[in-house]
Amino acid sequence: MLDKRMTPAEIVGRLEDGMTIGIGGWATRRKPMALVREILRSPLKDLTVVSYGGPDVGLLCAAGKIRRLVFGFVSLDVLPLDAHFRAARQAGAIECTEYDEGMVLLGLRAAGMRLPFLPTRSGLATDVLRVNPSLRTIRSPYEDGEELLAVPAIELDAALLHVTEADQLGNSVILSPDPFFDDLFARAARACYLTCERLLPTDEICSREKARYNPFERSVVTGVAHVPYGAHPTASTPGYGIDVAHLKEYSDATGDAWPGYCAKYVDLADHAAYLAAVGGAARLDAIQAPVF
Amino acid sequence: MQDYTLAELCIVAAAQAWRNDGEVLASGIGLLPRLAASLAKLTLNPALLMTDSECMLVAEPVPVGPRKNGSEPLFEGWMPYARTFDLLWGGRRHAMVGPVQIDRYGQSNISFVGEYARPKSAFLGVRGFPGNTINHANSMFVPNHSTRVFVAAEVDMVGGVGYNAARWPGGRKPAGLDLRIIVTDLAVLDFEGPDHQIRVASLHPGIAFEQVQENTGFPLARPGTIPATVAPTAVELDLIRRVLDPHDLRATVFKGNPPGDRAGRS
Repeated sequence: MLDKRMTPAEIVGRLEDGMTIGIGGWATRRKPMALVREILRSPLKDLTVVSYGGPDVGLLCAAGKIRRLVFGFVSLDVLPLDAHFRAARQAGAIECTEYDEGMVLLGLRAAGMRLPFLPTRSGLATDVLRVNPSLRTIRSPYEDGEELLAVPAIELDAALLHVTEADQLGNSVILSPDPFFDDLFARAARACYLTCERLLPTDEICSREKARYNPFERSVVTGVAHVPYGAHPTASTPGYGIDVAHLKEYSDATGDAWPGYCAKYVDLADHAAYLAAVGGAARLDAIQAPVF
Repeated sequence: MQDYTLAELCIVAAAQAWRNDGEVLASGIGLLPRLAASLAKLTLNPALLMTDSECMLVAEPVPVGPRKNGSEPLFEGWMPYARTFDLLWGGRRHAMVGPVQIDRYGQSNISFVGEYARPKSAFLGVRGFPGNTINHANSMFVPNHSTRVFVAAEVDMVGGVGYNAARWPGGRKPAGLDLRIIVTDLAVLDFEGPDHQIRVASLHPGIAFEQVQENTGFPLARPGTIPATVAPTAVELDLIRRVLDPHDLRATVFKGNPPGDRAGRS
């Protein structure tokens, strides 16, 4: 029987310098943060990261792991700007491929469909074309003759996603209210790795009621790691909300304060040590969802 | 007439943006635009679609700030992020956003100030501005009307499309481009000047045209007579104060929470 179970360290061990890595979730929701911290502990470097960015991007920026960022925004949502992303960008430490959010969506979709590009109007008449000089337009071959932007496929070497439940075959369900673009990341990638809140037997993964929460087929999944609270400090509802207090501590840990944050929350033996450092499961379970 | 604050005046003025929109998704990004969209749905245009600022469509606006434990909004549908793109590419949306810079063409920037490779100040990124502005109606809110926001040259990173024919594909106006109003702490602006020049549509009580022009980095169209921004009605104030923003978060929008009439009568 298929068994795709891996540890976070084994997943990160499959990644290589210079790879293009897609990170699922959105800003402060369902980010595979345990894998991101594992990358911080690894010698990986020169990554191209594709993300609807939150603290995943900020941590990787702070640790100097990113050579190029493909993005539409980086935000902590409850705190509008990410201090680490800002510092890296303002220092010229990362190269940017700055796209409209919808262009990121279409680039990932094109890769999953094995198409060279998908056309859109989004990005035309803006500086997105100026700052990304390799972008090309295409004329509609039909009567309208409209000029459209051809968003190139964003092919990923790997996608990292955090889901609610999975089995060892790679079947999964996302029970959070918004699945975001995880399906597009999964299909755009040569290898897709999941962390999950619960690792369950197949007969408990999917029922008629839960089937609609199954975001993609197991055939696109390469590895599954069981990492409860693996999205912390981002939310993985219905389990736990955004840890705003932690995000503030993270946000303040720029410059001279960064090594201290790393020692406390990153340079740890494993995820269990991290959970203890952030106050334990009981504390995380009690976090109230921020009100929007 | 009841006293009212500048924030309340701006909420009421900004709500007008959605008056004649029919059944579109009203997206008010940020506290004041969200309150304005909510007020529009309760008063001017109940047909508006609205979300809970996460991924649910709500039949009634969701009040801002802490709510009673267990109190759920009245949901009417699901609007996850991916579906928002499906909707906006179809054009049935009117967003109100808060750019960092706006230029004479109405081009907007939320990305950075300075140079792309090494900006002086990095903000969010272009977000959905390019797709929004070429697909559906957009309005803007500016809490600090100044030449730093309303810049003399083009904005540093054109994220939102404007009425700048030099940038349009083939020089033709994109069909979806539709900029409506800009509500600031001084005035309400629109794009009804010659060739979509930005025009002063109304002046907030106690503010003169010259003051608006001095704080704008490009020439504004000046109509023969400029009306005063319409003061909130008692019904509108009640909805804002009791229903939509019971914790008075709007008091934080403008420094010092000034009165709506700065001539001192309010």
